[in-house]
Amino acid sequence: MKSLAELQAIRDRMKDKVILREGANQVRVVVGMATCGIAAGARPVLNAFVEAISAEGLTDKVTVSQTGCIGICQYEPVVEIYEPGKEKTTYVKMTAEKVAAVVEKHLKGGNVVTEFTVSNME
Amino acid sequence: MIRAHVLVCGGTGCTSSNSQAVQKAFTENIEAFGLAEEVKLVQTGCFGLCALGPVVIIYPDGTFYSRVEPDDVKEIVEEHLLKGRVVERLVYNDTGAKEIVEDAKKNVPLSETVFYKSQNRVVLRNCGVINPEEIDEYIAMDGYAALGKVLTEMTPEEVIKVVSDSGLRGRGGGGFPTGRKWALTAPNKADQKYVVCNADEGDPGAFMDRSILEGDPHCLIEAMAICGYAIGATQGFVYVRAEYPIAVKRLQIAIDQAREYGLLGKNIFGSGFDFDLEIRLGAGAFVCGEETALMTSIEGNRGEPRPRPPYPAVKGLYNKPTVENNVETFANIPQIILRGVEWFTSMGTERSKGTKVFALGGKIKNTGLVEIPMGTTLNEIINEIGGGIPGGKKFKAAQTGGPSGGCIPASLIDTEVDYDNLVSIGCMMGSGGLIVMDEDTCMVDMAKFFLEFTVEESCGKCTPCRVGTRRLLEILDKITKGKGTLEDIDKLEELCHYIKQNSLCGLGQTAPNPVLSTLNFFRDEYIAHVVDKKCPAGVCKDLLSFSIDKDKCIGCGKCAKNCPVDAITKTDYIAPGHKLASYTIDTAKCIKCGACLAGCKFGAISKK
Repeated sequence: MKSLAELQAIRDRMKDKVILREGANQVRVVVGMATCGIAAGARPVLNAFVEAISAEGLTDKVTVSQTGCIGICQYEPVVEIYEPGKEKTTYVKMTAEKVAAVVEKHLKGGNVVTEFTVSNME
Repeated sequence: MIRAHVLVCGGTGCTSSNSQAVQKAFTENIEAFGLAEEVKLVQTGCFGLCALGPVVIIYPDGTFYSRVEPDDVKEIVEEHLLKGRVVERLVYNDTGAKEIVEDAKKNVPLSETVFYKSQNRVVLRNCGVINPEEIDEYIAMDGYAALGKVLTEMTPEEVIKVVSDSGLRGRGGGGFPTGRKWALTAPNKADQKYVVCNADEGDPGAFMDRSILEGDPHCLIEAMAICGYAIGATQGFVYVRAEYPIAVKRLQIAIDQAREYGLLGKNIFGSGFDFDLEIRLGAGAFVCGEETALMTSIEGNRGEPRPRPPYPAVKGLYNKPTVENNVETFANIPQIILRGVEWFTSMGTERSKGTKVFALGGKIKNTGLVEIPMGTTLNEIINEIGGGIPGGKKFKAAQTGGPSGGCIPASLIDTEVDYDNLVSIGCMMGSGGLIVMDEDTCMVDMAKFFLEFTVEESCGKCTPCRVGTRRLLEILDKITKGKGTLEDIDKLEELCHYIKQNSLCGLGQTAPNPVLSTLNFFRDEYIAHVVDKKCPAGVCKDLLSFSIDKDKCIGCGKCAKNCPVDAITKTDYIAPGHKLASYTIDTAKCIKCGACLAGCKFGAISKK
């Protein structure tokens, strides 16, 4: 180790990898991963969220986790986004492609992508 | 891309409750469910709740699973990691299952559970969080940043000033100000100086230092290098007992990694400062935890203390100026450097700053490792964090400082724990062993236990300790056998003071403490043994007698069957309302093993 910059580089590279262990963040993306969700393709959606959030540098703000069946199996894969002080947003019939838009517009931009939400379906 | 971390405790406690098999099961099941790309398995150091091991934490949810068996792992992987459903039956609960499971669902952080809530994990901040065998994970937690700061921005004098101003005191038990120790060593000129870490943790029931070495070994390396810079030493030694194999292995891995990264060795951070570290294994003699005996042992000689002065600051290891600190003391240093004096002094009491790690043991629910701010009351430690006494028994006393310390009786349970408060009640902080005793503990027997330990461990160099402690033990033995007299109690006390004043090193000077403090707080128990020939707690076998209440006995004969020496026989008395004849104990034959009492379902047998 010849310089502080080298140490800093290792720290930056590793920070993303251990930040999960600081517990859940304020913003939570919860993917329904019951049998119905998995059958409808929730795994690729979950992984797409994890990758996109990391790529956008949001790991210290957003936590991705899973939940069981919430009872609207016909709309799976279902994704709920919880933000402090805001109403929960429920996205339905998610795909890996839709994830990119949600991360970009909702998580980064702060605007709900209404065309994917459950209220739009009803 | 990793979305979840599974942390499995790899401390000695959980390892002994089979956490290795749990880890293996996780590896297999994560693979089997095709989650290897998404879930990372991490072996960590101690989480603190050793009584509930093996412990597993899953992040980002922070779900805390306790007593996980290898057979449970498939369910956790399938339900939690794949489907996102918490396996409720395995979730740790300390306030009633429902509440905590709800918490887990609501994502209340682990730090809010009763066990962790009142704790303040400074020294243990990385234990149970990082993989101790991965230097990169330590660096991610700001590891080696303090060393970098010290070497590039601070002079040795500034480092010593920060440590002095922080008020940090030696965590090995004595409580000597760390900054003053460094300041006394720094100005002494020599061709070589040394930094020594005392990891010879010998108190029965204490395992704080082991857990730090196992859970966060890099922290110790960083702190010792900082100390080396401050006092002008280029070589360090960690003296650790060989019976800590996991700690030794992880520390060696850490030293190798630090060397590879150039964080040990020549010209660290391009500053021109050189520092290297070696491990020295101790054979487990208690006296080697005494600083001069430890140095004698590192030098390759029999571990015996040497008279002071000269103090190690002047003539220590190999007769060179040496700083010797305990593991926990060192573990505070990087945080003090990074977060500053003000942060550190905001924790604790007037003269005891920061936190203290305690190993909770004995009659307590949450056996394990806790770190609390100085000044926390004993009541909080035992009844809140520790979960209280199991079986609804009454708290009687707590022993701190192991064989060198004393007991704190129930009447003083609201004592705020810090160096000076404990000394003022004839006790000491000690290295952090905290043994909790309930109403079934005989205090004379307890003092005898610790004296047996010091008699075994006395190195024999000086007479007061070698002969004196043995005489103490003989008197205690006599008292517990019911052969003691009131003069024996006086003799005991006199001898205690004599040994304290005349022994060469800390071992002998503190060996009488368990006797003195029990005499102080529980003199009536000594008198009961001597005058009434009774052991009030029902422990000292020679003072017990077992008897059967002939009217309660239904004559089932179970006690007679259990008795290993055939001391129990049938009588011809049939109690009113019973069909069979009752039994009786021949006290002359009885060996007081208690097997009859343990087996009787009718409460007919009593011991007095």
